Amino acid sequence: MQELVKKAKELIESKEVDLLIGYQSDGEKGAKPLFVKNTQQAEKLIFNQYCLNNLVTYLKRPDVKALKKVAVVAKGCDIRSFVMLLSENQVSRDAIFIIGMTCDHVVSPDGTGENEKCTTCKVHNPHLADVVLGAPVPEKIAKDKPVHYAQLEKLNAMSQEERWAFWQEELSRCIRCYACRQACPLCYCERCIVDFNTPQWIDTRSNPRGNFAWNIVRALHLAGRCINCGECERVCPANIPLMLLNQSLQEEAQEKFAWEAGYDPESQPPLTTFRKEDDEDFIR
Amino acid sequence: MSENWEPKIITFVCNWCTYAGADLAGTSRFKYASNIRIIKTPCSGRIDPMFIVSAFEKGADAVLISGCHPGDCHYNEGNYNARRKFTMMKRLLDTLGVDTRRVVFAWCSASEGIKFSRLVNEVTESIKKLGPYTDYHSLNQEER
Repeated sequence: MQELVKKAKELIESKEVDLLIGYQSDGEKGAKPLFVKNTQQAEKLIFNQYCLNNLVTYLKRPDVKALKKVAVVAKGCDIRSFVMLLSENQVSRDAIFIIGMTCDHVVSPDGTGENEKCTTCKVHNPHLADVVLGAPVPEKIAKDKPVHYAQLEKLNAMSQEERWAFWQEELSRCIRCYACRQACPLCYCERCIVDFNTPQWIDTRSNPRGNFAWNIVRALHLAGRCINCGECERVCPANIPLMLLNQSLQEEAQEKFAWEAGYDPESQPPLTTFRKEDDEDFIR
Repeated sequence: MSENWEPKIITFVCNWCTYAGADLAGTSRFKYASNIRIIKTPCSGRIDPMFIVSAFEKGADAVLISGCHPGDCHYNEGNYNARRKFTMMKRLLDTLGVDTRRVVFAWCSASEGIKFSRLVNEVTESIKKLGPYTDYHSLNQEER
């Protein structure tokens, strides 16, 4: 990726950015984050289909926020999370330099085949960036077309009892490491509700009650905000299909509020606004 | 299920409409089931989804949530915001396999004492048919 290295060196040398966050290779079939502060480190930068991490996550950190300007290498999907941070006033547009990478697809977390999230991608070409690198990729889905998630449809088809049994089984493996929260670019509360103990809303032990409550609150706090980057599920050491919960709420936001997160920084996230004619069939 | 079992229904109501409606039901001497436990909140917008989770964890068989009709909110738009939040919460609970027949939302104004008493009776009847919410309560028993 010669043009990426060149651009990075340019940004570092001209002191336009204090830090550049990108990818370096991690074995033959892998990539991991790289933090570039000098031109020598920039040599290591790569971009390929193994670049799964959503590096926008680092922008929520206080030590990164304290820097004057930071550059981030981001795919279209990662930029969607940046757009959400923008619309929630969590980052200043001037303080971030987005190096948008065109991207056909990335591999699935286990390294085999195309990542499921890429089958519903509408932003193979970055929609908000300071510079776009890479050859344009044809978009496969029109922007206004609603997204359908194959795995979610299976869950939706189950009965209520089956879903209960399914989730009790899946969530029983949760060890409450909160990797899902740490990896999520949009989980940025300075103090998470699960860490509060006066009052303690959520049992912090890894037991059925606590696991259920934690996963409810994690998904709900992303309602209308999650952009389907899949980082929570990828980092989950217990392989809990967390994205099913997020996608379910994405589907609801699409159906009820005609909303898809992360495309327009000027638009209002659905839970910060309302329409008087919102659907209320479920209210007696 | 023992023969004497009675459902516990935790009821979150807003201060301005439904609580006054419940008060009207009382002063008008309308009879309604004693299965509800009313918790007053300033506004339906104050009702956090965690209240629902917490109620079930502590042994509720159903949760009833009620506030002002759209357009009647004391704070103008609290119930509109609440409506969107509840839409999401209901969908999430449904996805997780929670029995959403046990989470009832209603609008009930200060003048609707009759509606309130009827609502409580209807919900109580339907929960009596469903029985205790053993699925959720069993989460408490499997402590490690």
